[in-house]
Amino acid sequence: MTNMLSVKIWRGGSEGAFTAYSVPSQDSQTVLDVVTWVQRNADPALTYRFACRVGMCGSCAMTVNGVPRWTCRTHVSKVAKDGALTIAPLTNLPVIKDLACDMEAFFDKWQRADGRFVPSKSRHDAIPAIRPDGSKRVAADEAIECINCAVCYAACDTVTWNVDYLGPAALNRAWTLVNDERDAGQKSRLEAVTADGGCLSCHSHQTCHELCPNQLNPTRSIAGLKRTAASAWWKGDVR
Amino acid sequence: MYASCIHRLSGIGLAMFLPAHFLVLGLALSNEAALDGALRWTDQPLVKLAEAGLVFLLTVHAVGGIRLLVLENLPWRDGQKTFAALAVGCSALVTFTFLLRVF
Repeated sequence: MTNMLSVKIWRGGSEGAFTAYSVPSQDSQTVLDVVTWVQRNADPALTYRFACRVGMCGSCAMTVNGVPRWTCRTHVSKVAKDGALTIAPLTNLPVIKDLACDMEAFFDKWQRADGRFVPSKSRHDAIPAIRPDGSKRVAADEAIECINCAVCYAACDTVTWNVDYLGPAALNRAWTLVNDERDAGQKSRLEAVTADGGCLSCHSHQTCHELCPNQLNPTRSIAGLKRTAASAWWKGDVR
Repeated sequence: MYASCIHRLSGIGLAMFLPAHFLVLGLALSNEAALDGALRWTDQPLVKLAEAGLVFLLTVHAVGGIRLLVLENLPWRDGQKTFAALAVGCSALVTFTFLLRVF
């Protein structure tokens, strides 16, 4: 006889309720497998978001038993408590329907943090040489593998308290560009990340680091931004 | 997260104690006899035990604050949970030393 998982899934928008489903348990089953089984076999109207299923695209993050996780690489055996799963949309973002959140605020904050590369050379200039073992390159490498899953954003207490806070992912992105020696947008980026709701709002709880599925450490990046901003302030580069 | 909770709660505890502390110190200017009475009252074992609690709050708040300053102003070091545990351990040690000296 097949073992069954007792699964509760959020249905509705911000106003909604959990619906209970019974899902067959399988070896090496992921939480995304469970959600997919429910949609294909129990409730075709269930809405959720996913694409690659292998931890590359960052679109399938949900709250699993109270903790934000990437569901495609979260094994049920690691998170189920006595065969029970409660699956909800990410917190700190508006719910569109069921398990799909509106990510607009999350990505708007990447723009607010000046999270885009500003070229300092044209195609006619020589390509600048960046040493792989240079300290700035190493600092950028440590933070570069973000997949925009918003797990850190959902896990962040400061985002919960302050809706204007840029959040760990946007600030982590800004830190990679602060360490990009080819970038020409340093001054405006530092002003952006030190404005209200910027890096100085971080309380260093480190939940973003604890839950990042790619083992990145946004708190380390934000601490780096704070040090860079303080140094620029002493030199009079930013006010 | 737990480290920040301890930091905040110890700060609230100290903020609640400080007005009483200043009121008693103020007696030195206004009422010497009342100050002596208050100081005798603090010799009771239960009050000494409560003082040990205050020593813990003060130490854990101070060491936790240093941990935050180091975290934000010096190059990053991994093992932050260990540092937070060390801060609590140091505070417990200081409190235990205080208890040994008063009893």
